[in-house]
Amino acid sequence: MMVRIFLTFVFFCMASVIPLVTQADITSYEFEEPEMAQRFVGLTTVLRCPKCQNQNLADSDSIIAKDLRTQIQTLINSGNTDQQITEFMVQRYGDFILYDPPFNKSTMVLWLTPIGMILIGLFALWFFGRKAQPQSAMLTPDEQQQLNQLLADNKLQDRD
Amino acid sequence: MSTATKRLLMILPMLMAFGLGLFLYQGIGQDPNKMESSLIGKPLPEFSSETLMSATTIVTRKDMLGQPALVNVWATWCPTCRAEHEFLLSIAAQENVRIFGVNYHDQRAAAQQWLTDLGNPYVFSVFDPQGDLGIDLGVVGAPETYLIDANGIVIDKVTGELNERTWVELRTQYLSLLKDVK
Repeated sequence: MMVRIFLTFVFFCMASVIPLVTQADITSYEFEEPEMAQRFVGLTTVLRCPKCQNQNLADSDSIIAKDLRTQIQTLINSGNTDQQITEFMVQRYGDFILYDPPFNKSTMVLWLTPIGMILIGLFALWFFGRKAQPQSAMLTPDEQQQLNQLLADNKLQDRD
Repeated sequence: MSTATKRLLMILPMLMAFGLGLFLYQGIGQDPNKMESSLIGKPLPEFSSETLMSATTIVTRKDMLGQPALVNVWATWCPTCRAEHEFLLSIAAQENVRIFGVNYHDQRAAAQQWLTDLGNPYVFSVFDPQGDLGIDLGVVGAPETYLIDANGIVIDKVTGELNERTWVELRTQYLSLLKDVK
């Protein structure tokens, strides 16, 4: 049992390392300052490759991803902010290039569905939880008196 | 709770699952590669580049204006470009369509040879070995074909092969643009 748990643990550790190993070679891009290289890694991670749609720019080896990486390198080195670079990409490739899509008409369903689902869930919890409770937890004065009587009788019996 | 409401509540999850199913079903069969170009309705980007035929001839956006035209992104390494080449030649010759080429990420000598061997449907081809114009156009991969009006506004785009089937829709728009000019 312990061995199995240990192996599962090892498997998940390895699974989380593999994506780092398979990245395209993005260390060969040169920057004037180390902080710029950090931004480059950040941007190529959150921007999506337009050609190979389930990879980011850092991951992909397609021609267009290489071009866009070079473009980002040039833009960073010439002093553009991350936001300016993102706008540059969106202007050319649309919101599609963002892995974190903005809220607008075409992404509304995407953003609102989870919230809607949670609301429906909360409503269901409230609705059914309400019914599960007894009709009334309060005792009428008559019932209270009856209860007191029973308790008193019980005490007397215990004493005997 | 009455039995009627109870029954309704039991049906509700089924209805929701069905709705979700319908929503997802309409996504099946849609081509994920078919993306709306963000350039549509906007002017063709500015550029200033050599032509494929001559390193000393500089062309700009202005050279593509005046008449509705097609801008076709192509390369010799691209098999689909080869497949559509015959079709480009035929619409250039028979329908007098003005086609400008963007020679994308290519070798000049190889590209010139290709046009000599297969025929040249282009008024001229912009030489874009680094893909700079490609990035400004939002090119994802060759071939791509843009329809522009006489003022250089991008009207529509075909990603992938231009052939009888994909030309039909562009053609209608192209012809109405021609009418506007006259």
